[in-house]
Amino acid sequence: MTSLRPYLTVFRMRFVLMLQYRTAAVAGFATQCWWGFIKVMVFAAFFRSSSVHQPMNFAEAVTYVWLGQAFLALLPWLSDPDIAQMVASGNVAYERLRPLDTYFYWYARAMAWMIARAVPRALMMFAFACLIVPLLGMGDWRLRLPATPESAVLFVGAIAVTVMLSSAMVMFLNLGCVITLSERGVNSLVVPFVLILSGNLVPLPFFPNWIQPLLFAQPFAGLVDIPYRIYFGGLTGRTALAGIAQMLAWTIVLGFVGHRALSAAMNRLQVQGG
Amino acid sequence: MNAFQLYRRYIAASIRAQMQYPGSFLMMAMGEFIVTFTEFVGVWVLFGRFGQIRGWTFAEIAMFYGTVNVSFAIADSISRGFDVFGPQFVKTGNFDRLLVRPRTTILQLLGYELRLSRIGRLIQGVVVLTIATHLLGIGWDARKLLLLAAAIASGVALFVGILVLQATLAFWTVESLEIANTLTYGGVEAAQYPLDIYSRWFRDFLIFVVPIGCVAYFPIVRLLGHRAPLPAPGWLLDAAPLSGFIFLLIALRVWRVGVRHYTSTGT
Repeated sequence: MTSLRPYLTVFRMRFVLMLQYRTAAVAGFATQCWWGFIKVMVFAAFFRSSSVHQPMNFAEAVTYVWLGQAFLALLPWLSDPDIAQMVASGNVAYERLRPLDTYFYWYARAMAWMIARAVPRALMMFAFACLIVPLLGMGDWRLRLPATPESAVLFVGAIAVTVMLSSAMVMFLNLGCVITLSERGVNSLVVPFVLILSGNLVPLPFFPNWIQPLLFAQPFAGLVDIPYRIYFGGLTGRTALAGIAQMLAWTIVLGFVGHRALSAAMNRLQVQGG
Repeated sequence: MNAFQLYRRYIAASIRAQMQYPGSFLMMAMGEFIVTFTEFVGVWVLFGRFGQIRGWTFAEIAMFYGTVNVSFAIADSISRGFDVFGPQFVKTGNFDRLLVRPRTTILQLLGYELRLSRIGRLIQGVVVLTIATHLLGIGWDARKLLLLAAAIASGVALFVGILVLQATLAFWTVESLEIANTLTYGGVEAAQYPLDIYSRWFRDFLIFVVPIGCVAYFPIVRLLGHRAPLPAPGWLLDAAPLSGFIFLLIALRVWRVGVRHYTSTGT
Protein backbone atom coordinates (compact mmCIF):
# COMPACT_ATOMS: atom_id res chain seq x y z
CA MET A 1 0.00 0.00 0.00
CA THR A 2 1.73 3.16 -1.14
CA SER A 3 -0.97 5.54 -0.06
CA LEU A 4 -4.16 5.35 1.91
CA ARG A 5 -5.87 8.08 -0.09
CA PRO A 6 -7.74 6.04 -2.72
CA TYR A 7 -9.14 3.77 -0.03
CA LEU A 8 -10.27 6.71 2.07
CA THR A 9 -11.95 8.23 -0.97
CA VAL A 10 -13.79 4.99 -1.71
CA PHE A 11 -14.87 4.92 1.89
CA ARG A 12 -16.17 8.48 1.82
CA MET A 13 -18.06 8.06 -1.46
CA ARG A 14 -19.82 4.92 -0.36
CA PHE A 15 -20.65 6.42 3.02
CA VAL A 16 -22.31 9.49 1.49
CA LEU A 17 -24.18 7.33 -1.01
CA MET A 18 -25.59 5.01 1.66
CA LEU A 19 -26.78 7.95 3.75
CA GLN A 20 -29.24 8.73 0.93
CA TYR A 21 -31.47 5.81 1.86
CA ARG A 22 -33.37 7.57 4.62
CA THR A 23 -36.76 5.93 4.13
CA ALA A 24 -35.14 2.52 4.36
CA ALA A 25 -33.45 3.59 7.57
CA VAL A 26 -36.72 4.78 9.11
CA ALA A 27 -38.64 1.65 8.08
CA GLY A 28 -35.81 -0.52 9.39
CA PHE A 29 -35.83 1.42 12.62
CA ALA A 30 -39.56 0.86 13.22
CA THR A 31 -39.11 -2.86 12.57
CA GLN A 32 -36.23 -3.02 15.03
CA CYS A 33 -38.21 -1.27 17.78
CA TRP A 34 -40.96 -3.86 17.40
CA TRP A 35 -38.48 -6.76 17.55
CA GLY A 36 -36.80 -5.19 20.53
CA PHE A 37 -40.10 -5.04 22.39
CA ILE A 38 -40.90 -8.69 21.67
CA LYS A 39 -37.48 -9.80 22.89
CA VAL A 40 -37.68 -7.62 25.99
CA MET A 41 -41.14 -8.97 26.84
CA VAL A 42 -39.95 -12.55 26.46
CA PHE A 43 -37.05 -11.82 28.81
CA ALA A 44 -39.39 -10.10 31.25
CA ALA A 45 -41.59 -13.20 31.32
CA PHE A 46 -38.60 -15.51 31.76
CA PHE A 47 -37.14 -13.46 34.61
CA ARG A 48 -40.50 -13.31 36.39
CA SER A 49 -40.81 -17.11 36.10
CA SER A 50 -37.60 -18.05 37.82
CA SER A 51 -35.66 -16.99 40.88
CA VAL A 52 -32.58 -18.96 39.90
CA HIS A 53 -29.45 -16.83 39.70
CA GLN A 54 -28.78 -15.89 36.07
CA PRO A 55 -25.54 -14.98 34.31
CA MET A 56 -26.93 -11.46 33.82
CA ASN A 57 -29.82 -9.64 35.47
CA PHE A 58 -32.95 -8.39 33.73
CA ALA A 59 -31.73 -4.80 33.29
CA GLU A 60 -28.55 -6.10 31.67
CA ALA A 61 -30.46 -8.46 29.38
CA VAL A 62 -32.70 -5.56 28.28
CA THR A 63 -29.65 -3.40 27.57
CA TYR A 64 -28.17 -6.28 25.59
CA VAL A 65 -31.37 -6.55 23.51
CA TRP A 66 -31.52 -2.82 22.68
CA LEU A 67 -27.83 -2.64 21.85
CA GLY A 68 -28.42 -5.59 19.54
CA GLN A 69 -31.16 -3.64 17.77
CA ALA A 70 -29.07 -0.47 17.62
CA PHE A 71 -26.04 -2.15 16.07
CA LEU A 72 -27.83 -4.74 13.95
CA ALA A 73 -26.23 -3.35 10.79
CA LEU A 74 -22.79 -4.22 12.14
CA LEU A 75 -23.37 -7.92 11.57
CA PRO A 76 -21.94 -9.48 8.40
CA TRP A 77 -25.37 -10.21 6.94
CA LEU A 78 -24.50 -10.56 3.29
CA SER A 79 -21.84 -10.01 0.73
CA ASP A 80 -21.59 -6.56 -0.83
CA PRO A 81 -24.56 -6.46 -3.27
CA ASP A 82 -22.59 -4.38 -5.81
CA ILE A 83 -19.82 -6.96 -5.87
CA ALA A 84 -22.38 -9.75 -6.25
CA GLN A 85 -23.75 -7.87 -9.24
CA MET A 86 -20.26 -7.36 -10.68
CA VAL A 87 -19.66 -11.08 -10.37
CA ALA A 88 -22.97 -11.88 -12.05
CA SER A 89 -22.39 -9.47 -14.92
CA GLY A 90 -18.71 -10.24 -15.36
CA ASN A 91 -17.71 -6.65 -14.60
CA VAL A 92 -15.62 -8.00 -11.78
CA ALA A 93 -12.87 -8.34 -14.39
CA TYR A 94 -12.45 -4.55 -14.33
CA GLU A 95 -11.36 -4.80 -10.72
CA ARG A 96 -8.19 -6.46 -11.99
CA LEU A 97 -7.32 -3.30 -13.91
CA ARG A 98 -7.41 -0.90 -11.00
CA PRO A 99 -4.02 0.11 -9.63
CA LEU A 100 -5.30 -0.79 -6.19
CA ASP A 101 -5.18 -3.79 -3.94
CA THR A 102 -8.59 -5.38 -4.53
CA TYR A 103 -8.81 -6.63 -0.97
CA PHE A 104 -8.34 -3.22 0.65
CA TYR A 105 -10.49 -1.55 -1.97
CA TRP A 106 -13.41 -3.86 -1.24
CA TYR A 107 -12.67 -3.76 2.47
CA ALA A 108 -13.03 0.03 2.48
CA ARG A 109 -16.34 -0.30 0.62
CA ALA A 110 -17.62 -2.88 3.09
CA MET A 111 -16.68 -0.73 6.05
CA ALA A 112 -18.31 2.41 4.64
CA TRP A 113 -21.46 0.48 3.78
CA MET A 114 -21.66 -0.92 7.28
CA ILE A 115 -20.99 2.32 9.15
CA ALA A 116 -23.38 4.34 7.00
CA ARG A 117 -26.19 1.92 7.72
CA ALA A 118 -25.34 1.58 11.38
CA VAL A 119 -24.84 5.21 12.45
CA PRO A 120 -28.34 6.64 11.78
CA ARG A 121 -30.04 3.51 13.09
CA ALA A 122 -27.92 3.43 16.23
CA LEU A 123 -28.60 7.11 16.97
CA MET A 124 -32.36 6.65 16.52
CA MET A 125 -32.37 3.49 18.60
CA PHE A 126 -30.46 5.11 21.46
CA ALA A 127 -32.85 8.05 21.45
CA PHE A 128 -35.82 5.69 21.42
CA ALA A 129 -34.65 3.11 23.96
CA CYS A 130 -33.00 5.55 26.40
CA LEU A 131 -35.50 8.42 26.31
CA ILE A 132 -38.82 7.49 24.71
CA VAL A 133 -39.28 4.06 26.27
CA PRO A 134 -39.20 5.50 29.84
CA LEU A 135 -41.53 8.31 28.73
CA LEU A 136 -44.02 5.64 27.60
CA GLY A 137 -44.04 4.46 31.21
CA MET A 138 -41.81 1.46 30.61
CA GLY A 139 -38.82 2.52 32.69
CA ASP A 140 -37.75 -1.05 33.44
CA TRP A 141 -37.42 -1.72 29.75
CA ARG A 142 -35.13 1.15 28.90
CA LEU A 143 -31.61 0.98 27.54
CA ARG A 144 -29.24 1.85 30.40
CA LEU A 145 -26.17 4.02 29.96
CA PRO A 146 -22.74 2.32 30.16
CA ALA A 147 -21.95 1.00 33.63
CA THR A 148 -18.99 3.31 34.28
CA PRO A 149 -17.02 5.92 32.29
CA GLU A 150 -14.35 3.25 31.92
CA SER A 151 -16.91 0.85 30.38
CA ALA A 152 -17.99 3.59 28.00
CA VAL A 153 -14.44 4.19 26.77
CA LEU A 154 -13.74 0.48 26.40
CA PHE A 155 -17.05 -0.01 24.59
CA VAL A 156 -16.23 2.66 22.01
CA GLY A 157 -12.91 0.96 21.39
CA ALA A 158 -14.53 -2.46 21.17
CA ILE A 159 -17.27 -1.41 18.75
CA ALA A 160 -14.64 0.16 16.48
CA VAL A 161 -12.87 -3.19 16.37
CA THR A 162 -16.25 -4.86 15.73
CA VAL A 163 -16.58 -2.81 12.54
CA MET A 164 -13.14 -3.96 11.36
CA LEU A 165 -13.83 -7.57 12.32
CA SER A 166 -17.23 -7.62 10.68
CA SER A 167 -15.82 -6.06 7.49
CA ALA A 168 -13.22 -8.81 7.39
CA MET A 169 -16.07 -11.33 7.59
CA VAL A 170 -18.00 -9.56 4.81
CA MET A 171 -14.83 -9.97 2.75
CA PHE A 172 -15.12 -13.72 3.19
CA LEU A 173 -18.70 -13.56 1.93
CA ASN A 174 -17.46 -11.54 -1.05
CA LEU A 175 -14.79 -14.13 -1.60
CA GLY A 176 -17.37 -16.93 -1.51
CA CYS A 177 -19.39 -14.96 -4.01
CA VAL A 178 -16.41 -14.63 -6.39
CA ILE A 179 -15.59 -18.32 -6.14
CA THR A 180 -19.12 -19.75 -6.40
CA LEU A 181 -20.31 -17.01 -8.81
CA SER A 182 -23.47 -16.45 -6.77
CA GLU A 183 -24.10 -14.70 -3.49
CA ARG A 184 -27.24 -16.55 -2.48
CA GLY A 185 -25.84 -19.85 -1.30
CA VAL A 186 -22.97 -18.38 0.70
CA ASN A 187 -25.15 -15.83 2.44
CA SER A 188 -27.87 -18.26 3.42
CA LEU A 189 -25.41 -20.75 4.86
CA VAL A 190 -23.35 -18.26 6.86
CA VAL A 191 -26.07 -16.15 8.46
CA PRO A 192 -27.39 -18.79 10.91
CA PHE A 193 -23.94 -19.22 12.42
CA VAL A 194 -23.49 -15.49 12.71
CA LEU A 195 -26.84 -15.17 14.47
CA ILE A 196 -26.34 -17.81 17.08
CA LEU A 197 -22.59 -17.56 17.71
CA SER A 198 -22.51 -13.77 17.97
CA GLY A 199 -25.13 -13.62 20.71
CA ASN A 200 -27.67 -11.85 18.51
CA LEU A 201 -30.26 -14.59 19.02
CA VAL A 202 -29.61 -15.27 22.69
CA PRO A 203 -26.91 -13.52 24.75
CA LEU A 204 -23.96 -15.91 24.89
CA PRO A 205 -23.73 -16.00 28.74
CA PHE A 206 -27.08 -17.85 28.81
CA PHE A 207 -25.55 -20.84 27.03
CA PRO A 208 -24.46 -23.75 29.26
CA ASN A 209 -21.45 -23.00 31.47
CA TRP A 210 -19.24 -25.70 30.03
CA ILE A 211 -19.29 -24.16 26.58
CA GLN A 212 -18.56 -20.57 27.73
CA PRO A 213 -14.75 -20.57 27.22
CA LEU A 214 -15.28 -21.81 23.67
CA LEU A 215 -17.93 -19.20 22.95
CA PHE A 216 -15.68 -16.45 24.28
CA ALA A 217 -12.80 -17.52 22.05
CA GLN A 218 -14.62 -17.88 18.71
CA PRO A 219 -14.55 -15.01 16.20
CA PHE A 220 -18.28 -14.22 16.14
CA ALA A 221 -18.34 -13.26 19.85
CA GLY A 222 -16.63 -10.00 18.90
CA LEU A 223 -19.61 -8.96 16.78
CA VAL A 224 -22.10 -8.70 19.60
CA ASP A 225 -21.33 -10.38 22.88
CA ILE A 226 -17.96 -8.94 23.90
CA PRO A 227 -18.72 -5.25 23.18
CA TYR A 228 -22.18 -5.41 24.78
CA ARG A 229 -20.91 -7.08 27.93
CA ILE A 230 -18.23 -4.43 28.17
CA TYR A 231 -20.98 -1.81 27.87
CA PHE A 232 -23.05 -2.94 30.86
CA GLY A 233 -20.04 -3.84 32.96
CA GLY A 234 -20.21 -7.62 32.57
CA LEU A 235 -16.63 -7.59 31.33
CA THR A 236 -14.31 -5.15 33.06
CA GLY A 237 -10.60 -4.42 33.43
CA ARG A 238 -8.36 -7.16 32.19
CA THR A 239 -11.16 -9.44 30.95
CA ALA A 240 -12.49 -6.59 28.85
CA LEU A 241 -9.04 -5.94 27.42
CA ALA A 242 -8.61 -9.66 26.76
CA GLY A 243 -11.91 -9.57 24.86
CA ILE A 244 -10.78 -6.66 22.71
CA ALA A 245 -7.43 -8.36 22.12
CA GLN A 246 -9.28 -11.48 21.00
CA MET A 247 -11.28 -9.40 18.52
CA LEU A 248 -8.16 -7.69 17.16
CA ALA A 249 -6.41 -11.03 16.80
CA TRP A 250 -9.32 -12.48 14.81
CA THR A 251 -9.50 -9.37 12.66
CA ILE A 252 -5.82 -9.72 11.75
CA VAL A 253 -6.08 -13.47 11.14
CA LEU A 254 -9.22 -13.17 9.01
CA GLY A 255 -7.80 -10.20 7.15
CA PHE A 256 -4.55 -11.99 6.40
CA VAL A 257 -6.18 -15.23 5.27
CA GLY A 258 -8.85 -13.35 3.33
CA HIS A 259 -6.24 -11.24 1.57
CA ARG A 260 -4.26 -14.30 0.48
CA ALA A 261 -7.38 -16.16 -0.61
CA LEU A 262 -8.77 -13.24 -2.58
CA SER A 263 -5.49 -12.71 -4.46
CA ALA A 264 -5.49 -16.39 -5.33
CA ALA A 265 -9.13 -16.28 -6.44
CA MET A 266 -8.60 -13.14 -8.52
CA ASN A 267 -5.59 -14.69 -10.24
CA ARG A 268 -7.70 -17.45 -11.69
CA LEU A 269 -10.86 -15.44 -11.93
CA GLN A 270 -13.80 -16.88 -13.81
CA VAL A 271 -15.65 -14.19 -15.65
CA GLN A 272 -19.28 -14.58 -16.56
CA GLY A 273 -21.22 -12.78 -19.21
CA GLY A 274 -20.24 -11.42 -22.56
CA MET B 1 -60.48 -24.48 -17.71
CA ASN B 2 -61.63 -23.69 -14.22
CA ALA B 3 -59.66 -21.71 -11.68
CA PHE B 4 -58.32 -24.74 -9.89
CA GLN B 5 -56.96 -26.41 -13.03
CA LEU B 6 -55.38 -23.16 -14.09
CA TYR B 7 -53.77 -22.77 -10.68
CA ARG B 8 -52.36 -26.29 -11.00
CA ARG B 9 -50.78 -25.36 -14.34
CA TYR B 10 -49.28 -22.20 -12.90
CA ILE B 11 -47.78 -24.18 -10.03
CA ALA B 12 -46.46 -26.94 -12.26
CA ALA B 13 -44.69 -24.32 -14.37
CA SER B 14 -43.30 -22.61 -11.30
CA ILE B 15 -41.94 -25.85 -9.88
CA ARG B 16 -40.34 -26.76 -13.19
CA ALA B 17 -38.69 -23.34 -13.34
CA GLN B 18 -37.23 -23.66 -9.83
CA MET B 19 -36.00 -27.16 -10.50
CA GLN B 20 -33.81 -25.81 -13.30
CA TYR B 21 -31.41 -24.85 -10.53
CA PRO B 22 -31.53 -27.84 -8.18
CA GLY B 23 -28.30 -26.84 -6.42
CA SER B 24 -29.55 -23.38 -5.63
CA PHE B 25 -32.88 -24.80 -4.44
CA LEU B 26 -31.17 -27.27 -2.12
CA MET B 27 -28.86 -24.64 -0.67
CA MET B 28 -31.72 -22.22 -0.02
CA ALA B 29 -33.93 -24.89 1.52
CA MET B 30 -31.04 -26.02 3.71
CA GLY B 31 -30.30 -22.43 4.69
CA GLU B 32 -33.94 -21.86 5.57
CA PHE B 33 -33.98 -25.00 7.69
CA ILE B 34 -30.77 -24.08 9.51
CA VAL B 35 -31.83 -20.48 10.19
CA THR B 36 -35.18 -21.43 11.63
CA PHE B 37 -33.77 -24.36 13.53
CA THR B 38 -31.07 -22.17 15.09
CA GLU B 39 -33.83 -19.96 16.42
CA PHE B 40 -35.33 -22.99 18.07
CA VAL B 41 -31.96 -23.82 19.62
CA GLY B 42 -32.04 -20.28 21.05
CA VAL B 43 -35.36 -21.03 22.76
CA TRP B 44 -33.91 -24.26 24.13
CA VAL B 45 -30.90 -22.40 25.56
CA LEU B 46 -33.16 -19.99 27.45
CA PHE B 47 -35.21 -22.85 28.89
CA GLY B 48 -31.95 -24.48 30.01
CA ARG B 49 -31.37 -21.46 32.25
CA PHE B 50 -34.89 -20.53 33.31
CA GLY B 51 -36.66 -23.91 33.38
CA GLN B 52 -40.10 -22.54 32.46
CA ILE B 53 -41.84 -19.40 31.30
CA ARG B 54 -44.88 -18.41 33.34
CA GLY B 55 -45.83 -22.03 33.93
CA TRP B 56 -45.24 -23.20 30.38
CA THR B 57 -42.65 -25.88 29.72
CA PHE B 58 -40.23 -26.17 26.83
CA ALA B 59 -42.29 -28.95 25.22
CA GLU B 60 -45.44 -26.84 25.32
CA ILE B 61 -43.64 -23.88 23.78
CA ALA B 62 -42.45 -26.24 21.04
CA MET B 63 -46.12 -26.89 20.16
CA PHE B 64 -46.74 -23.16 19.61
CA TYR B 65 -43.45 -22.78 17.85
CA GLY B 66 -44.00 -25.69 15.46
CA THR B 67 -47.58 -24.75 14.63
CA VAL B 68 -46.86 -21.15 13.78
CA ASN B 69 -43.81 -22.04 11.71
CA VAL B 70 -45.71 -24.60 9.65
CA SER B 71 -48.44 -22.01 9.02
CA PHE B 72 -46.02 -19.31 8.01
CA ALA B 73 -43.98 -21.63 5.79
CA ILE B 74 -47.06 -22.57 3.78
CA ALA B 75 -48.41 -19.02 3.57
CA ASP B 76 -45.04 -17.57 2.58
CA SER B 77 -44.59 -20.23 -0.05
CA ILE B 78 -47.92 -19.68 -1.80
CA SER B 79 -48.08 -15.87 -1.50
CA ARG B 80 -44.80 -15.00 -3.21
CA GLY B 81 -46.70 -13.01 -5.82
CA PHE B 82 -48.10 -10.72 -3.12
CA ASP B 83 -44.79 -10.51 -1.31
CA VAL B 84 -42.98 -9.09 -4.35
CA PHE B 85 -46.01 -7.21 -5.66
CA GLY B 86 -44.62 -3.69 -5.23
CA PRO B 87 -41.31 -4.02 -7.07
CA GLN B 88 -42.42 -6.75 -9.53
CA PHE B 89 -45.88 -5.57 -10.56
CA VAL B 90 -46.62 -1.98 -9.58
CA LYS B 91 -43.24 -0.40 -10.18
CA THR B 92 -42.78 -2.16 -13.52
CA GLY B 93 -46.37 -1.66 -14.62
CA ASN B 94 -46.74 -5.42 -15.09
CA PHE B 95 -49.96 -5.31 -13.12
CA ASP B 96 -51.67 -3.88 -16.23
CA ARG B 97 -51.13 -7.21 -17.94
CA LEU B 98 -52.82 -9.05 -15.12
CA LEU B 99 -55.83 -6.75 -15.32
CA VAL B 100 -56.53 -7.42 -18.99
CA ARG B 101 -56.62 -11.20 -18.55
CA PRO B 102 -60.02 -12.78 -18.00
CA ARG B 103 -59.09 -14.17 -14.58
CA THR B 104 -59.02 -12.67 -11.10
CA THR B 105 -55.87 -10.88 -10.03
CA ILE B 106 -55.82 -12.96 -6.86
CA LEU B 107 -55.58 -16.22 -8.81
CA GLN B 108 -52.86 -14.89 -11.07
CA LEU B 109 -50.80 -13.61 -8.17
CA LEU B 110 -51.19 -16.85 -6.24
CA GLY B 111 -50.00 -18.64 -9.35
CA TYR B 112 -46.98 -16.37 -9.74
CA GLU B 113 -44.70 -18.68 -7.82
CA LEU B 114 -44.83 -21.52 -5.32
CA ARG B 115 -41.64 -20.91 -3.44
CA LEU B 116 -40.18 -24.33 -2.84
CA SER B 117 -37.29 -23.22 -0.65
CA ARG B 118 -39.80 -22.58 2.13
CA ILE B 119 -39.87 -26.31 2.59
CA GLY B 120 -36.86 -25.75 4.86
CA ARG B 121 -38.99 -23.88 7.38
CA LEU B 122 -41.86 -26.32 6.90
CA ILE B 123 -39.67 -29.31 7.72
CA GLN B 124 -38.29 -27.47 10.72
CA GLY B 125 -41.84 -26.82 11.97
CA VAL B 126 -42.80 -30.45 11.51
CA VAL B 127 -39.64 -31.63 13.29
CA VAL B 128 -40.36 -29.31 16.22
CA LEU B 129 -43.98 -30.52 16.39
CA THR B 130 -42.73 -34.10 16.42
CA ILE B 131 -40.33 -33.32 19.26
CA ALA B 132 -43.16 -31.66 21.18
CA THR B 133 -45.52 -34.58 20.63
CA HIS B 134 -42.85 -36.94 21.85
CA LEU B 135 -41.96 -34.90 24.95
CA LEU B 136 -45.58 -34.30 25.92
CA GLY B 137 -46.71 -37.81 25.10
CA ILE B 138 -49.69 -36.49 23.14
CA GLY B 139 -52.01 -39.24 21.98
CA TRP B 140 -53.38 -37.97 18.69
CA ASP B 141 -57.09 -38.55 18.33
CA ALA B 142 -59.48 -37.07 15.77
CA ARG B 143 -60.33 -34.08 17.96
CA LYS B 144 -56.72 -33.11 18.58
CA LEU B 145 -55.75 -33.54 14.95
CA LEU B 146 -58.69 -31.37 13.98
CA LEU B 147 -57.60 -28.66 16.43
CA LEU B 148 -54.05 -28.73 15.07
CA ALA B 149 -55.28 -28.66 11.48
CA ALA B 150 -57.61 -25.76 12.31
CA ALA B 151 -54.78 -23.86 13.97
CA ILE B 152 -52.47 -24.37 11.01
CA ALA B 153 -55.10 -23.57 8.36
CA SER B 154 -56.19 -20.48 10.22
CA GLY B 155 -52.59 -19.39 10.53
CA VAL B 156 -52.04 -19.83 6.80
CA ALA B 157 -55.14 -17.71 6.08
CA LEU B 158 -53.94 -15.01 8.45
CA PHE B 159 -50.42 -14.77 7.07
CA VAL B 160 -51.73 -14.77 3.48
CA GLY B 161 -54.05 -11.97 4.59
CA ILE B 162 -51.12 -9.95 5.95
CA LEU B 163 -49.18 -10.42 2.71
CA VAL B 164 -52.24 -9.35 0.68
CA LEU B 165 -52.47 -6.19 2.79
CA GLN B 166 -48.76 -5.58 2.30
CA ALA B 167 -49.28 -5.87 -1.46
CA THR B 168 -52.32 -3.57 -1.30
CA LEU B 169 -50.20 -0.93 0.37
CA ALA B 170 -47.95 -0.97 -2.68
CA PHE B 171 -50.79 0.58 -4.75
CA TRP B 172 -50.09 3.77 -2.82
CA THR B 173 -46.41 3.45 -1.90
CA VAL B 174 -45.20 1.60 -5.04
CA GLU B 175 -42.31 0.05 -3.11
CA SER B 176 -43.00 -2.83 -0.77
CA LEU B 177 -42.41 -1.66 2.75
CA GLU B 178 -40.13 -3.54 5.09
CA ILE B 179 -42.54 -2.52 7.85
CA ALA B 180 -44.86 -5.40 6.91
CA ASN B 181 -42.12 -7.70 8.20
CA THR B 182 -43.10 -6.68 11.72
CA LEU B 183 -46.37 -8.55 11.18
CA THR B 184 -45.07 -11.52 9.20
CA TYR B 185 -41.68 -12.39 10.68
CA GLY B 186 -42.43 -10.40 13.82
CA GLY B 187 -45.77 -12.18 14.10
CA VAL B 188 -44.08 -15.55 13.85
CA GLU B 189 -41.60 -14.50 16.51
CA ALA B 190 -44.37 -13.31 18.84
CA ALA B 191 -46.66 -16.30 18.32
CA GLN B 192 -43.87 -18.73 19.10
CA TYR B 193 -44.50 -17.99 22.75
CA PRO B 194 -47.89 -18.27 24.45
CA LEU B 195 -49.85 -15.04 24.38
CA ASP B 196 -50.20 -14.72 28.14
CA ILE B 197 -46.54 -13.90 28.67
CA TYR B 198 -46.92 -10.53 26.94
CA SER B 199 -48.02 -7.15 28.23
CA ARG B 200 -51.65 -6.26 28.00
CA TRP B 201 -51.39 -3.77 25.07
CA PHE B 202 -49.36 -6.16 22.97
CA ARG B 203 -51.67 -9.08 23.73
CA ASP B 204 -54.77 -7.10 22.83
CA PHE B 205 -53.15 -6.09 19.57
CA LEU B 206 -52.41 -9.73 18.78
CA ILE B 207 -55.95 -10.83 19.58
CA PHE B 208 -58.16 -8.05 18.27
CA VAL B 209 -56.23 -6.19 15.57
CA VAL B 210 -54.08 -8.75 13.82
CA PRO B 211 -55.30 -12.01 15.37
CA ILE B 212 -51.97 -13.82 15.27
CA GLY B 213 -52.59 -14.71 18.88
CA CYS B 214 -55.95 -16.33 18.17
CA VAL B 215 -54.82 -18.62 15.40
CA ALA B 216 -52.21 -20.57 17.31
CA TYR B 217 -52.67 -19.75 20.95
CA PHE B 218 -56.29 -20.66 21.66
CA PRO B 219 -56.44 -23.92 19.67
CA ILE B 220 -53.18 -25.13 21.20
CA VAL B 221 -54.32 -24.23 24.71
CA ARG B 222 -57.40 -26.33 23.97
CA LEU B 223 -55.30 -29.14 22.50
CA LEU B 224 -52.91 -29.27 25.45
CA GLY B 225 -55.80 -29.07 27.90
CA HIS B 226 -53.68 -26.44 29.64
CA ARG B 227 -55.55 -24.26 32.12
CA ALA B 228 -55.98 -21.12 30.06
CA PRO B 229 -54.18 -18.32 31.88
CA LEU B 230 -56.20 -15.86 29.82
CA PRO B 231 -59.83 -15.94 30.89
CA ALA B 232 -61.86 -16.90 27.83
CA PRO B 233 -65.15 -18.79 27.51
CA GLY B 234 -65.03 -22.25 25.93
CA TRP B 235 -66.96 -21.32 22.80
CA LEU B 236 -64.49 -18.55 22.10
CA LEU B 237 -61.61 -21.01 22.28
CA ASP B 238 -63.36 -23.20 19.70
CA ALA B 239 -64.27 -20.29 17.44
CA ALA B 240 -60.80 -18.70 17.58
CA PRO B 241 -59.46 -20.35 14.39
CA LEU B 242 -62.21 -18.58 12.43
CA SER B 243 -60.45 -15.29 13.07
CA GLY B 244 -57.68 -16.08 10.56
CA PHE B 245 -60.22 -16.63 7.80
CA ILE B 246 -62.19 -13.52 8.72
CA PHE B 247 -58.95 -11.55 8.57
CA LEU B 248 -58.23 -12.95 5.11
CA LEU B 249 -61.72 -12.03 3.87
CA ILE B 250 -61.29 -8.47 5.10
CA ALA B 251 -57.85 -8.31 3.50
CA LEU B 252 -59.31 -9.42 0.16
CA ARG B 253 -61.98 -6.70 0.39
CA VAL B 254 -59.29 -4.11 1.03
CA TRP B 255 -57.36 -5.54 -1.93
CA ARG B 256 -60.32 -4.85 -4.22
CA VAL B 257 -60.44 -1.25 -3.04
CA GLY B 258 -56.74 -1.04 -3.85
CA VAL B 259 -57.22 -2.49 -7.33
CA ARG B 260 -59.89 0.08 -8.06
CA HIS B 261 -57.54 2.79 -6.89
CA TYR B 262 -54.69 1.54 -9.11
CA THR B 263 -53.26 3.85 -11.71
CA SER B 264 -50.51 2.44 -13.86
CA THR B 265 -47.00 3.78 -13.49
CA GLY B 266 -47.07 3.79 -17.26
CA THR B 267 -43.83 2.12 -18.19
